[in-house]
Amino acid sequence: MLDVLFSSLGQLFTVPHMLYMVIGVLIGLIVGIIPGLGGIAGMSLLLPFLYGMEPSVALGMLMGLVAVIPTGDTFASVLLGIPGSSASQATVVDGFALAKKGQAARALSSAFLSSMMGGLIGAVVLTAFILIARPVVLSFSSSELFMLTLLGLSMVAVLSGKDVFKGIAACGVGLLVGTIGMAPATGEFRLPFELDYLYDGLPLVVVGLGIFALPEIIDLLVKRGAIAEQPCQLGKGWKEGVKDVARRPGLVARCAGIGSLMGTIPGLAGSVVDWLTYGHAVQSAKDKSQFGKGDIRGVIAPESANNACACGAMVPTLLFGIPGSGTAAVFLGGLLLLGLQPGVSMLETNLDLTYTIIWSLALANILGAALCLGLARPVASLTRVPFVILAPLITILILFAAYQATRSLGDLFALGIIGAIGVLFKQANWSRPAFLIGFVLAPGAEAYFYQAAQFQGAEAFMRPGVLIIGALIAASLIVPPLRSYLQKRRPTEQSAASTLQEEVAPLSLGVIDVVLLGSLLAGAGYMWLTFADLSMLGGIMPRLAIAIIVAACLLEIIRTVIKPMKWQIQTLRQQFVWVAGFFALIGSVMVFGFLFTAAVFCLGFLLVVARMKPVIAVGMATGVTLFLVGVANLLALTYPAGMLAAL
Amino acid sequence: MTTMKHTTLNTFKKALLVVACSTLGAISVNAQADDVSVPDTIRWTIPFGVGGGTDVWARFFTTWMSDHIQGNPTLVIDNVPGGGSINGSNLFAMRAAADGSQWIGTSASTQYPAMLQDRRVRYNYDDWTPILATPTGGVVYAQPSLGDSAEEVLSAVTNQRVKFAVQSHTGLELPVLIALDLLGADVQAVSGMRSRGEGRLAFERGEADIDFQTTSAYFSSVEPLVESGRAVPLFSLGVLNDSGEIVRDPAFPDLPTFNDVYETLHGEAPSGPAAEAYRKFFASGFTLQKLILLPSDAPADLIQEYREAAQRFVDTEAFKDAAMAQLGPYTPVVGEIVEQHLQEAMSLDDATRQWLVEWLLEQHGARI
Repeated sequence: MLDVLFSSLGQLFTVPHMLYMVIGVLIGLIVGIIPGLGGIAGMSLLLPFLYGMEPSVALGMLMGLVAVIPTGDTFASVLLGIPGSSASQATVVDGFALAKKGQAARALSSAFLSSMMGGLIGAVVLTAFILIARPVVLSFSSSELFMLTLLGLSMVAVLSGKDVFKGIAACGVGLLVGTIGMAPATGEFRLPFELDYLYDGLPLVVVGLGIFALPEIIDLLVKRGAIAEQPCQLGKGWKEGVKDVARRPGLVARCAGIGSLMGTIPGLAGSVVDWLTYGHAVQSAKDKSQFGKGDIRGVIAPESANNACACGAMVPTLLFGIPGSGTAAVFLGGLLLLGLQPGVSMLETNLDLTYTIIWSLALANILGAALCLGLARPVASLTRVPFVILAPLITILILFAAYQATRSLGDLFALGIIGAIGVLFKQANWSRPAFLIGFVLAPGAEAYFYQAAQFQGAEAFMRPGVLIIGALIAASLIVPPLRSYLQKRRPTEQSAASTLQEEVAPLSLGVIDVVLLGSLLAGAGYMWLTFADLSMLGGIMPRLAIAIIVAACLLEIIRTVIKPMKWQIQTLRQQFVWVAGFFALIGSVMVFGFLFTAAVFCLGFLLVVARMKPVIAVGMATGVTLFLVGVANLLALTYPAGMLAAL
Repeated sequence: MTTMKHTTLNTFKKALLVVACSTLGAISVNAQADDVSVPDTIRWTIPFGVGGGTDVWARFFTTWMSDHIQGNPTLVIDNVPGGGSINGSNLFAMRAAADGSQWIGTSASTQYPAMLQDRRVRYNYDDWTPILATPTGGVVYAQPSLGDSAEEVLSAVTNQRVKFAVQSHTGLELPVLIALDLLGADVQAVSGMRSRGEGRLAFERGEADIDFQTTSAYFSSVEPLVESGRAVPLFSLGVLNDSGEIVRDPAFPDLPTFNDVYETLHGEAPSGPAAEAYRKFFASGFTLQKLILLPSDAPADLIQEYREAAQRFVDTEAFKDAAMAQLGPYTPVVGEIVEQHLQEAMSLDDATRQWLVEWLLEQHGARI
């Protein structure tokens, strides 16, 4: 085995291999940086060249691409608050908060260094683990997978902090939105308003962009100024970020470990791992007050995990032919094109190729992170630019990204609607991560619960694996409140400080809360009626989600009545205007087509709102249009042409 | 030394080419055809995601088709996934130009909803004409705990309920479900698998008792299980020969087909609406599993040229070698013969459909 290990390493350092891998890394970085593209677009650029290529060289190129995508997408998450792909959603929470504090360079260099470390740890784990992985992967049956989705859901309690009921309600809304589409058990369709667009459910990219990116854009437009509210320290921040990672080797190692193991479990992988590790970072921290407001650990944890997860996802892909993530699915297609059938033979007859894959993964991680580290400082200066200049470009970018999800106009409307919910949640301080966790985990929770019940019956919940994960969930729910309770009883200085802090930020209630509570209850009632004719099996999950929403809302109302809270003034008028403007933009795309709208919107916004010089405004609008046309040519995209074109 | 330098240089050139092409996008080859005017670029809609089975299949064929069509047009694959291929096919039906420059590649999951008259389907196979079809086969296998030989397993499954992990009740597994029902097996289909591979994983975990894989997946992932005594193959679905009879699969010459097994058990060939439904869904989902189609009102000489191009390579040794890994030991079917088979397979009479609807509801609680 060792000789194979090293002979594949030798192969890696040959000129053709390195050259193609660098190409893979570069394309991976570019598609990673542009939101909405990600692995699938990158793969479709490379796939036409694969057929007939030498397998070890081609695999190096593909791995170069796969490895660096969770690295490249960090730029958009940290600098713009746009979750570039599903792997970087948790990074947005603290990464963007740090960027707003003027610490973008710090967040980026931390993120890239942890990505690199995570990827390396993942590759090391994979080297040994792939030989013994088969029984481990097979020991995760549907019931254990169901429990893992519950573990993911339990992170909601960790993330929503004091506003538990609001967090649970947000998660319930996410669960309900996540059940839209086909019921896994019966094949029935759950379509509110009978919209064809919803047959496959809402795409994750659209929901992620809507819930995170749009509210941030609007918030920044309302506030005016640059993304960084405090003066930037690019050079110092860069070094600071490197030190941040160096100071926390334990956190990096633990998160990378969790990442690579979760990656090996087919069917869950990328979607939960960043939230699980983010939750872990919060739980293991002594001072939790800065999470969500810019704690560097909130960046380090998910970033260490997602590159490791990309390594782990190779296990089910190579051994079982079952991709662990969207990108891995495309990688699998690449293997088939090269004439390689994944399966046991990857260990028996193609062990050298398997190790070529793993080595390439490690090397590409180093290369990709090094390139990004170099770019971090100059790119971070974007946060100093007045946001009003960036806003039209970013708006077009997220429209473009959302449209990549299913390439239908429905994507844009879904983005607007989820975005409006996101604005309300943000203004009233309801947990947006909780919503996203609910959304991401709803299909898995439902399908695995149904499968566990069908395959194993009542025994499903007596399996040792299930009990172990159950104990973990219980621990994550019970231990933190218990600890803080014990701390409160002990009159130490520390607890005095924390009580003081609580007094500073008391629970509060505002007009948006009231509106949200009311409309959620009304919406829940409506959905209950819509889903009335679903069968028992097909309807159980949406009904459960509705029950969670109603219960959480009622408990919140009761809590407010029992313990009256400080009335908080929450404004919404300006936000409302921007949201309406966004829908007008979508309307214009419908009528005039995407390219025309993008060009005119950029030009108009830059001239009228940003009051820029006409020459620069025209230049920028042309640039945006050229970018869109270029990408369309490259990836064989068609933009919405608009109703006028049809006449 | 010189040779090494030479190869290095060559590799570098090739690499440059990859970069250049991937940046410039599709480069059309502007060669003029002799008699038919073949478009420079053919846009090939694949209603599935990048890297999926049908996508890989299409990418395999692009080089071969492009090399053999006059003027060597560039084939550009346009992936339009969604709704299990219904969305992309609907869009193609609505928008595709009939000048021969647009193709679509479909699979069983495009054919089945059309046959079942799914209300989302807005495409009609009558509007399209096939260039080429590729068949596949498949094998049903079971846990050794049910019996050491196929006969023992088959008698065991009539007495006890066995679990089968499927994608959906109306997916690729539909003919297998009907076949098992005809054999008297008591099958509980657990749906919601995201791929056939996930179904196999459930089998390997011991959750499913019986499973089914198509030829290529069977060779790579199930044969090792059979060799180590962790799976017992029961029967293959067989292949349809030119005269429309189901015969042994060339990939599994030693395995009986479903029809063989049925005849051994019952002394006669299967008949009735269940057998009819099995035959139709087997033909459209396996014999003609993946199809290259274009609008029927495309210029007739172009359709002819495309079919001849396919004919020019499907029988060559070079193609057969390359196709072994991608398609298994099956030869693609080209031209009019596909058209006849396709029409025959896709026409499901009302009585059979009615039987199917009731059977799905009663046996599996699934509504169409």
